[in-house]
Amino acid sequence: MRLGPKSTTLLVLAALIALTPVFFPSSFYYRVGSLIFINGLAVTGMVILIGYAGQISLGHAGFAGIGAYSCALMPVHWGVPVLLAAVLGALISAALAWLVGRPILRLKGYYLAVATLGFGILVYMVLMNEAWLTGGPDGTAVPDSGLRDMAKAIGINLKNSEFWYWFCGIVLTIGAWLALNLHDSPTGRALRALHGSEIAARTVGVDVAKYKLQAFVISAVYASVAGSLVALQNQFVTPDIAGYMHSIEWVTMTVLGGAGSVLGAIFGAGILTLLPQVLTRFAEYEQLLLGLIMMLVMIFMRDGLLPQVLRLIRGKDQ
Amino acid sequence: MTLRNLMTTAAALSALAAPALADINIGASISETGPAAFLGDPEAKTLRMEVEKINAEGGINGEKINLIIYDDGGDANKAKTFATRLVEDDEVVAVIGGTTTGTTMAMVPVFEDAEIPFISLAGAVDIIEPVKTFTFKTPHTDRMACEKIFADMKAQGFTKVGMISGSDGFGKSMQAQCKGVAEASGVEIVADEVYGPQDADMTPQLTNIKGSGAQAILNSGMGQGPAVVTRNHKQLAIEAPLYQSHGVASKQFIELAGAQAAEGVRLPAAALLVADQLPDDDAQKPVVIAYRDAYQAATGEDVSTFGGHAHDALAILKAAIERADSTDPVAIRDQIEATKDFVGTAGNVTYSPEDHLGLTLDAFKMLVIKDGDWTIAQ
Repeated sequence: MRLGPKSTTLLVLAALIALTPVFFPSSFYYRVGSLIFINGLAVTGMVILIGYAGQISLGHAGFAGIGAYSCALMPVHWGVPVLLAAVLGALISAALAWLVGRPILRLKGYYLAVATLGFGILVYMVLMNEAWLTGGPDGTAVPDSGLRDMAKAIGINLKNSEFWYWFCGIVLTIGAWLALNLHDSPTGRALRALHGSEIAARTVGVDVAKYKLQAFVISAVYASVAGSLVALQNQFVTPDIAGYMHSIEWVTMTVLGGAGSVLGAIFGAGILTLLPQVLTRFAEYEQLLLGLIMMLVMIFMRDGLLPQVLRLIRGKDQ
Repeated sequence: MTLRNLMTTAAALSALAAPALADINIGASISETGPAAFLGDPEAKTLRMEVEKINAEGGINGEKINLIIYDDGGDANKAKTFATRLVEDDEVVAVIGGTTTGTTMAMVPVFEDAEIPFISLAGAVDIIEPVKTFTFKTPHTDRMACEKIFADMKAQGFTKVGMISGSDGFGKSMQAQCKGVAEASGVEIVADEVYGPQDADMTPQLTNIKGSGAQAILNSGMGQGPAVVTRNHKQLAIEAPLYQSHGVASKQFIELAGAQAAEGVRLPAAALLVADQLPDDDAQKPVVIAYRDAYQAATGEDVSTFGGHAHDALAILKAAIERADSTDPVAIRDQIEATKDFVGTAGNVTYSPEDHLGLTLDAFKMLVIKDGDWTIAQ
């Protein structure tokens, strides 16, 4: 039986998630794994925006902030169940993305990058300054989601870090599956067409503004869910989550791994999440090394790390 | 495949870093870089210096300390990851750190779950209230600073206070605490102004306070904001005296504000800043002078109260491990809680099951700036 590229990607991803714990020397690595999956989820959304639609956002951490603080604030202030709060957070993120994106995505060029940059900083400032609601810079606690207890009730008794490893892994797999399906759907084809050439896409009847907006809203939902997962896992959240550097990190992960490929981008997320852990002894040089890697990838591997490596491996029989 | 390789590389690296079995592993997650670096940097330097000294003197109960410091950059999510790493991977027996309230609060559940004693270096009262079994802290709280300042104001006959606060974490937290204890302290807040930590001019806020009939002004904030407030206070020739918080307790503040503008500013701070001026019979005097001289010799930098908090945390921990005569985290925790009359740079520490801060208002000295230097207020 020959598998299509979509099934192969999903199988590789699921196998990696399922098998890597065999090599974990301690349960700390479950924690790192779950962070990779969370970043991977946000980055999968970025693939839809950057890789499929060819747009850039420098403020996606703002949506993560909305997702995270929804889980923290709604249950406390309005008695909303935590999981429902995550869903509502995603809806709010989608609505905000629609409001921000609708006027801007009618324009050509890099206006979205600038507008999202401003949006991300706005969210961050609100979280920092409205201390009566958000707890300000010191952060705020997130109520227990009860997910682990639910797992316990059906006989799955896991340590905290292990539970979140598997939960985030499953969410990431679902996210990747949706993104891969989108790739081959009419919407995905329209997105890739307008990425190639907006004029050509418009000529064949693609509503460019509408599809760009769709991609932006979908990626905002991914970022929001990623933010909610961070909040639920940590049970504590500070405004850092919406910080400008997180937005940049996600763009970097996407481009590093390969913006056009879901697996590549998740791979990029994996590298950049692991790097600070491996380099704790050289913490001062972390940024330096990161910049260097980025430059080298941009100069020598413009499609990103994973697609280029795969091409090198396959090179001979093509 | 490559992901797995990276994982095993990471594992191999941490295995390389693993110490000989007999060592006592003590962990720390400090914000050496990022916005809180001015706190975290002296903390980390102090820990490294003190551990070197303890090991040179033969360690604790004959065993060397293996200090594992991670830099969380002030990011709560990173701090939580490092906390997990310290517990699961490095198998530490106790942890010092959490430079900021945010990073500390993110780490607390990890150590409470794993039953590892944790001594925080952050300010907010939320860390130890309500009391958490395994969590302690060494710095004074901002509530204590408010009480100390208000007591000093009242002693001088001022009951109407104008507040001006930075909108950063420190300023906001202290603003809320001061407003909370104002009534109990017998003073009234007649003005409540806020500025951004990067603002270059606070004259509008100070003019409002001037017009509010305030008899004294309290500035809660740290970094460059208080220096600007101090300069503007002088420029506007406001008669109501200016009080700063313990957040400005470093020489840099006087340099930034200028000795002339800072003249007469009052603030609560730990004895460390006025080590030489302490009376000879003060139990703190030898402790703070020894730490100050050692720190300045080791780093060539001026000592700050922030590094002092790390010094105290390590000293409390060392004494607890010695008394416990074991490296069992729970035994160490019990001995930390049993700490009694420990003399540190922050004051006299006596922990109890109900009090994981252990300091009283006496720990603060009221200082007044004279001729560009700190003096103890009479």
